[in-house]
Amino acid sequence: MAITLSGDQALPGPPLSSRLTPAQVWGIVLLAPYLLVFLAFVVYPVCYGLWLARAPANYVALYNDPIFARAAVNTLIFLVIGINIKMLIALFLSGFFAVQRPWIKWLSVIFILPWAVPSIPTILSVRFMLNPEWGMVNHFIFSLTGDDGPNWLNDPTVALTMAIAVHIWKSLPFWTLILITGRLAISHDLFEAAEVDGASWWQKFRYITWPSMQTLYVTCTLLSMIWTLGDFNSVYLLTGGGPADLTHVLSTLGIRYLRLDQLSLAMASIVCAMPFVLPLVYFMMKRLSR
Amino acid sequence: MKLPGVKDFSWREVGTEARLLLIGIPVFLWTMIPIYHMFLFAISPKEDAFSGKLWPDHPTLHNFEIVFKQQHYFLRDFYIQFWNSVVIAASVGVLTLFIATAAAFSISRLKVPGGRVVLNLALFTYFIPAAFLAVPMYRTMGNYGLLNNHWSLILAMVTIASPYAIWVLKQASDKLPVELDEAAVMDGATTLQIFRLVYLPLMMPSLVAIGTYAVLLAWNEYLYAFLLLSNDREITLPVALGNFLAADDSPWELLMTTGFIYALPPAAVYYAFRRYMVGGLTAGAVKS
Repeated sequence: MAITLSGDQALPGPPLSSRLTPAQVWGIVLLAPYLLVFLAFVVYPVCYGLWLARAPANYVALYNDPIFARAAVNTLIFLVIGINIKMLIALFLSGFFAVQRPWIKWLSVIFILPWAVPSIPTILSVRFMLNPEWGMVNHFIFSLTGDDGPNWLNDPTVALTMAIAVHIWKSLPFWTLILITGRLAISHDLFEAAEVDGASWWQKFRYITWPSMQTLYVTCTLLSMIWTLGDFNSVYLLTGGGPADLTHVLSTLGIRYLRLDQLSLAMASIVCAMPFVLPLVYFMMKRLSR
Repeated sequence: MKLPGVKDFSWREVGTEARLLLIGIPVFLWTMIPIYHMFLFAISPKEDAFSGKLWPDHPTLHNFEIVFKQQHYFLRDFYIQFWNSVVIAASVGVLTLFIATAAAFSISRLKVPGGRVVLNLALFTYFIPAAFLAVPMYRTMGNYGLLNNHWSLILAMVTIASPYAIWVLKQASDKLPVELDEAAVMDGATTLQIFRLVYLPLMMPSLVAIGTYAVLLAWNEYLYAFLLLSNDREITLPVALGNFLAADDSPWELLMTTGFIYALPPAAVYYAFRRYMVGGLTAGAVKS
């Protein structure tokens, strides 16, 4: 069956069959499903989207839309401050979870939960916790101080901070897990030798842990930045972009334009992000396809 | 001379443990509070839930009863939405496995011409933020006439899951010795037989990891689901959860109960396959 099929396909012309072995014909057949998916759902949408965003008027409209400028700034804050804080905590916690204790092993199993459960119910849970009237947080503040707590999600700065906190809550376990793998790969002999030499905690980190982990750490940070650009849920489900559309990031803004039926604006806002995304993607591909 | 030394040592031990606890307790609270809050709402009557208590005066399973009997306006299609989520997640898992395994076999074992290019294109797609692709994808599905059809979400999620799947499976199959294929060819095995009898059994651990990855990705997806499906009887559970917010006086205790039910399967799957997930996924996720 297999031989006849590959034989048939190799038949049409002698040059083709001499160039392609039956195994290579099968290779093309097996690669075809992915190529079809790629052409139909990546190449066509991207080209079509770029076509829609071609008119310079779109970019003028974006430039004049204060929500776009605000979203761009918010995205930068989210990436530059949020991701770096997250990765520093992950680096720190990877050291904590590498300590051999039975209870830390149990804690590491629990610690994965935010990553293992879907984000919609947990983000909505946080959203209610921050409810100014009925939320658990303000009830707690009231019982401690007797004062009403702040209206958390009604202040753009606080709301964006909370969205970043939700993002960190969700994705911290994943990055910690990866950094733990990196940490455990370091030879234990090095630490023992340092111990004998009387190295301090900081010296061990500075001269053993960090040099062997810095490539991994930088890769993780860049990868996390790229993915966070696509983090729609943390902002949309917590603040919905509000108050007054002041907490949008580029991913929620694109969807906002889409829902307002301004597809070309939505595409234009994404095109504007490309000068930042593409170098990062290029750099990551260089790293990963070595 | 000995005694103070021993004492000093044990004090240091206590200090270390205290410092570890000082990190461990906040980590535990930080991780658990949002999840506990969801659970608390699920077992609280409405009055207790809104009163900010840490444990309800009258814990109850009544909310679960309402959900399972579909006794609320927002829940009238609960079972069909749950079923939609199951069907879509399972289809994405099967299709992704099929497409990615075939592609990885083709690129890694058959050394198909141009395989390297396809792999790089896939990797490129993997790095494009999904929310950016969502905008043109929405329009494309409209052009294909697939909006409000489960196929639109299934195909979109397969598109998003495949690149990573191909990449991980390609890495894993590169590690299998070439001699295996050569020996099988000597014995007169056809390409398909090698694929079925040699390749698939050896790749099983990675296939389990990738299948789990694709199923969880589809089950958890919110953005694409809410863009591509809108009919109440076509949507998946996460979209239904989001729709709860449309009302001013949303029944949050029911929302959290439904969310809790929705979160259980992926958590169970994750912990059941944790061995594979940690080995198969983190090793591939970031290769330094």
